[in-house]
Amino acid sequence: MMASSYKDEDGHITVSGSGAAAGGGGGSLRSKKPENTAFKQQRLPAWQPILTAGTVLPAFFIIGLMFIPIGIGLYVTSNNIKEFEVDYTGVEMSSPCFTCSQNFSWNSTKPCTCSVPFHLDQPYESNVFMYYGLSNFYQNHRRYVKSRDDSQLNGNEESLRKPSKECEPYAKHNNKPIAPCGAIANSMFNDSLELIYIDPNGTKVQIPLTATGIAWWTDKHVKFRNPGAENTNLTVVFQGTTRPVNWRRPVFQLDSDPDNNGFINEDFIVWMRTAALPTFRKLYRIIQRRSNVHPTLPRGNYSLEVVYNYPVRSFEGRKRMILSTISWMGGKNPFLGIAYVSVGSVCFLLGVLLLIIHHKYGNRNNAAEISH
Amino acid sequence: NLLIGKMKLPQFSFTVYANYTDKNLFEYKKNAIKTSKYNLFSFLPLNLFEQFSRLANAYFLFLLILQLIPQISAVPWFTTAVPLLIVLSVSGVKDANDDINRHKQDKQVNNRKVKVLIHGELREERWMNIQVGDIIKLESNQFVPADLLLLSSSEPLNLIYVETAELDGETNLKVKQALTVTGEMGDNMDDLSAFRGELRCEPPNNRLDKFKGTLTVDGQQHGVDNDKILLRGCTVRNTEWCFGLVIFAGSDTKLMQNSGRTTFKRTRIDQLMNILVLCIFGFLATICAIMTVGHAVWEVNEGSAFTAFLPRQSGVDIPLSSFYAFWSYVIVLNTVVPISLYVSVEMIRLGNSFFIDWDRKMYYPKKDTPAQARTTTLNEELGQIKYIFSDKTGTLTQNIMTFNKCSINGRNYVSGELCDFSGQRIEITENTERVDFSWNQLADPKFVFHDYSLLKTMKEGNLEAQAFFRLLALCHTVMPEENLPGELNYQAQSPDEDALVTAARNFGFVFRSRTPESITVMEMGRKVTYELLAVLDFNNVRKRMSVIVRDPEGRMTLYCKGADTIIYERLHPSCSKLKDITTTHLNEYAGDGLRTLALAYKDLEKSYMERWLERHHEASTAIEGREDKLDVLYEDIETDLMLLGATAVEDKLQDGVPHTIEQLAKADIKIWVLTGDKQETAENIGYSCNMLREEMEIFVVTANTANEVKEELQVAEERLLATMKANAKELYQHKTQTVPDETVNGEYGLIINGHSLAYALQEDLELELLRTACMCKTVICCRVTPLQKAMVVELVKKYKQAITLAIGDGANDVSMIKAAHIGVGISGQEGMQAVLSSDFSFAQFRYLQRLLLVHGRWSYIRMCKFLQYFFYKNFSYTLVHFWYGFFCGFSAQTVYDDWFITMYNMVYTATSVLALGLFDQDVNDRWSFRYPQLYSPGQLNTFFSKKTFVRCVMVSTYTSLVLFFIPWAAMQDSVRGDGKDVADYQSFALSTQTSLMIVVSAQQMFLDTFYWTAINQFFLWGSIAAYLAITFTFFSNGLFFVFTSSFPFIGTARNSLKQPNVWLTMFLTCLLCVLPTVAFRFLHMQLRPTITDKVRYKAREEGQPAPAPYRPPPRRVSTRRSSYAFSHSQGYGDLVTSRKFLRLK
Repeated sequence: MMASSYKDEDGHITVSGSGAAAGGGGGSLRSKKPENTAFKQQRLPAWQPILTAGTVLPAFFIIGLMFIPIGIGLYVTSNNIKEFEVDYTGVEMSSPCFTCSQNFSWNSTKPCTCSVPFHLDQPYESNVFMYYGLSNFYQNHRRYVKSRDDSQLNGNEESLRKPSKECEPYAKHNNKPIAPCGAIANSMFNDSLELIYIDPNGTKVQIPLTATGIAWWTDKHVKFRNPGAENTNLTVVFQGTTRPVNWRRPVFQLDSDPDNNGFINEDFIVWMRTAALPTFRKLYRIIQRRSNVHPTLPRGNYSLEVVYNYPVRSFEGRKRMILSTISWMGGKNPFLGIAYVSVGSVCFLLGVLLLIIHHKYGNRNNAAEISH
Repeated sequence: NLLIGKMKLPQFSFTVYANYTDKNLFEYKKNAIKTSKYNLFSFLPLNLFEQFSRLANAYFLFLLILQLIPQISAVPWFTTAVPLLIVLSVSGVKDANDDINRHKQDKQVNNRKVKVLIHGELREERWMNIQVGDIIKLESNQFVPADLLLLSSSEPLNLIYVETAELDGETNLKVKQALTVTGEMGDNMDDLSAFRGELRCEPPNNRLDKFKGTLTVDGQQHGVDNDKILLRGCTVRNTEWCFGLVIFAGSDTKLMQNSGRTTFKRTRIDQLMNILVLCIFGFLATICAIMTVGHAVWEVNEGSAFTAFLPRQSGVDIPLSSFYAFWSYVIVLNTVVPISLYVSVEMIRLGNSFFIDWDRKMYYPKKDTPAQARTTTLNEELGQIKYIFSDKTGTLTQNIMTFNKCSINGRNYVSGELCDFSGQRIEITENTERVDFSWNQLADPKFVFHDYSLLKTMKEGNLEAQAFFRLLALCHTVMPEENLPGELNYQAQSPDEDALVTAARNFGFVFRSRTPESITVMEMGRKVTYELLAVLDFNNVRKRMSVIVRDPEGRMTLYCKGADTIIYERLHPSCSKLKDITTTHLNEYAGDGLRTLALAYKDLEKSYMERWLERHHEASTAIEGREDKLDVLYEDIETDLMLLGATAVEDKLQDGVPHTIEQLAKADIKIWVLTGDKQETAENIGYSCNMLREEMEIFVVTANTANEVKEELQVAEERLLATMKANAKELYQHKTQTVPDETVNGEYGLIINGHSLAYALQEDLELELLRTACMCKTVICCRVTPLQKAMVVELVKKYKQAITLAIGDGANDVSMIKAAHIGVGISGQEGMQAVLSSDFSFAQFRYLQRLLLVHGRWSYIRMCKFLQYFFYKNFSYTLVHFWYGFFCGFSAQTVYDDWFITMYNMVYTATSVLALGLFDQDVNDRWSFRYPQLYSPGQLNTFFSKKTFVRCVMVSTYTSLVLFFIPWAAMQDSVRGDGKDVADYQSFALSTQTSLMIVVSAQQMFLDTFYWTAINQFFLWGSIAAYLAITFTFFSNGLFFVFTSSFPFIGTARNSLKQPNVWLTMFLTCLLCVLPTVAFRFLHMQLRPTITDKVRYKAREEGQPAPAPYRPPPRRVSTRRSSYAFSHSQGYGDLVTSRKFLRLK
């Protein structure tokens, strides 16, 4: 308007407030004028990134070029790992363990044994790890997962006598508290596996297996502890409790070594670390490398001696024994290598594609006039 | 103690008895008003009830109950209880605070004092104690506390003056007149308390301009109409005292009936969110049903065989266990709608409201008023406004009239603008030199004029100029007040007259005093008394007013001012040349939107005059057809006038109004002006703020019957449709509930008055009206009642599916402010009613553009981004559980650990997304103003709609697939570097949740945030750091030893996060989640850049926008129309000439 003193084209040239009202702010009268801080006026300094060709395209190329070698490296590493697997469930008639699997009963006193022969095509250098694998076993079922009492397993005496409700229905048996309580403990894998090397000349050599050092350090030393003071007699400590229903021995007779007995028995600890997926493998024994000259497991025939205690047929589960060497990235799993290579290549291709598109159409963005 | 009764009569169902003391049989409404909702005791139950009647809260209560059932509970109960409690208490405190404010306000109003006549004496009473039937005494400048029947007054003819600004926004004084029969009582207390009138009238209603009733006094019936009624909300002016009988009190009063119900406003996003939440519930139910079926199948196939290791719970068979599984999954998956959504939304809105309060550019230093967001829940809707309904007086205009230009005898004197030597218009500022009036002791110091030449002309003794100002000093109905000698005050019935008479006063023709027969004027310091022979009063048909005076020399002159069109018809032929020159001036004035009046005089012959006066006397005493006879007489004498010139009065716009309107129009916002003022006035404002332009075709609907209105509307519509493309016409054939937007070629305006609007708003015509109105660029509704304003708003709301904003400053705007999606009050002008019922308030209309184009836009963008991101992060998070269900026997096993579930929404992702919702800006405020079209995505609702939601869900489904299946595949049979376990549940949980944290942070970091302040960075990195710190703490030995069973994840972090393949897996997962989005967005920017992309690009290149060059307002010359406007009403002529007018003081 003609008489307008409004210069504030976009609100930035502040209305000249030299008048009485603004001046009053300095005096005793507090003006209601808001503070002029960057925060309140929403003028905080800021970084305003935009997805431009200059940033996006190089990113794609770099990722592509980075991923492909990593992937190849991973793949080669994985491929170099030697792994051997033998299924000893005994489903087929031909299987040596067929009889054992058929005649299973929880309270048979005489253990059923079977021996599964197998052949290693290559020698296994360095340490070899022996796993047992279960399939179709739902260690990750919600009711299963929570059916334990960490407090009891940590050596809490009160929980030992009064297991948590979560352990139901394996909290008490015959009015005695079960130690260790719960479905996980109750279902502990109890086959025992022995490995026998059959010399080319027919002699059987038992391979020495190490049963310790198979659990996480934190589990063995922090999470799991026997009740009572150290070095007390476990039999006494566990008096008044009963063994899990499926177990043949009480918890304090799991091993003769006092450092591997009771709750801190490593087989037990490994079992208690429930698997994420229904098919899983768990470390059973380690075959230490003995000499630099001979491979840990030479090429040849072996026999797996199984004391068949663990029933899986009812739920169509499978039991496997796995022998594997190890690399820096763990066990044999080609997935990561393949995934890295393919993601890398896709990225690279995408980069090329985007580059072409950017060259053809990209200038629209810059040149385009903003219509009024 | 005064009394009332009620009787049913056929005509009028409402009866009031004055002063009855013994008939206390029926209860009328008390005068106390109550706008508050709760009291001390009802607060808790009522508020809780209200809160739980909100779907979301009820849902969370339900979840909480579910979680307390051990068979179902998949996560601990506190994950829901704590947030729910926080939400309830926060909104409870807010509601309580709001209600306390309402209580205070009510109390303040209810406790105002007024004098009530009780037992023959006056007592001070509180407003709330007034009852129907009471007689109360009001004094000057008091508010009327209830609807009253005027009984008597201190002024002659039982007149009183009231200001109705609070009711209809008109600031000119209105006259009310009591019945003679009651007026005779005067202020005699005995008479008044003995008064036994019985008023029968219509029941309480909301019509402000109508009242019908009969007053029976001593068996005689007297008609009562609106002229005798004082409405609550009026202010008594210039009247020493008056007495009134209370008819309607409290909520029965017309003001309260007009104010409409307070409805809880929800934003469109709120509604969309509610729909989405419902959809999500459906989605949730579907997923849970799938899981239930899965569970049942699993139980049959696997679970029953697996009982050796995992026995069933006692008494739970497969169907029951599936039933449990359903609810367990409801608990596990409910995080798709976490309660923190609602808390965060409220917090973001609150934060954005604070930014409005803090904005210095919406602070008005002259009144020390900052902008205020009174409702803190509507911010994002400010970014979606499509229609603005604006009041005129006090909103667009300052309600100040200034004498701006005049044309005297063909010479143009201009105050509003000046030209420099090169002929350029230069702007007037406070520093521009003003005409010095100090030589005139009686001058009004507030009067400002910039053109010295006029004063020079006056001092030179130019006769025409003198006649011009003499006319202005004589021909009016202003009443002077001179309390101290030399301190003149004018009481004008209309602000225009005030401006004109003040102008005459400053230029040396000081209107000093008047009697019914004379007018005394100081003419350039010389006292001259004119004999006032007749006043030819103003009315809306005549559009002019004349006085006939005799000067001391005995010459008789008629002075006339009025609409140019009318005056021109009555000019003497000798004026034709002057007429042409004046017309060009008038056109120029009209082009600037000034209100013009043409001035003319006529010297009268003695003989003719004597005869005329006789006839006049005859006519004015005639019993029948008085009006007609007078009209004929007036027509007779007002001929052959000599043109003197024209005046132009500026109805001063507020600063920056035209610019703001232009900016808003660029943002594709339609502005409708709804005013209680006259058509001419409103039209002029339309021109002066550039809403109406000369090149526009303007349809004026001013009919008095439904049919005429329909016809006029149809004519307009046909005109409009003729310009439209054929295919667009067909669009309308489908009868839908919403009227689509139609575009027409050319620019049109629609002006409709209140009478026509009453018909047009009826059901059969409303669509017609809406359609026509929406095709016009500009719509102006004049003479509308407050309720009609609300009805217009409702109409648009109902059929347009658009967000509406109403802006106003007076009580008459309250109903429209409440009806619109967003109500804005202009603070600091006509009282506070509008502000009190508004959602946002500030002091100047021009701040509206900042509120919408900057704050609104930002709030909208922020809210949309927030919601998108929020749903993204929660869907990604939750769906992983779904995929896991297929591998864990559908047992409702969660993927993450319990603490992560508790903290994810409350801690880990809460702050950085809040920072996004509070600080993000696409471009800064200057660019927002530079490109108002950035506003349009909000109107089209493009940033967050069902479509974007679905897209968001799809992206998060992809993310969750990657999040689950990459670790799944990588972990198959995998072991650690030392051969130990790493495929266990806890490690899996950890790597999935860590990837999730990184993905949701990265997604946000690289893609959603446009504006990275230090706070954003801090919150983002802080969240990740907090996640790692908390994770390591919760997985530590110490906590495990203290609370063994609560922290079973001991050692997991240490053991798995040192594995390279875990990191490789997480890295791959994150990249796979983010890359497609980056590629897609980049591609989108390349191929179809949005306006935001373009402006952002430009802003990046240029930094700050170049300031738009100052364009001097174009000089417009009107060629077609008269810009006559005069807010005056009839009846004042009689008043100033009435004998009883001047009492001896």
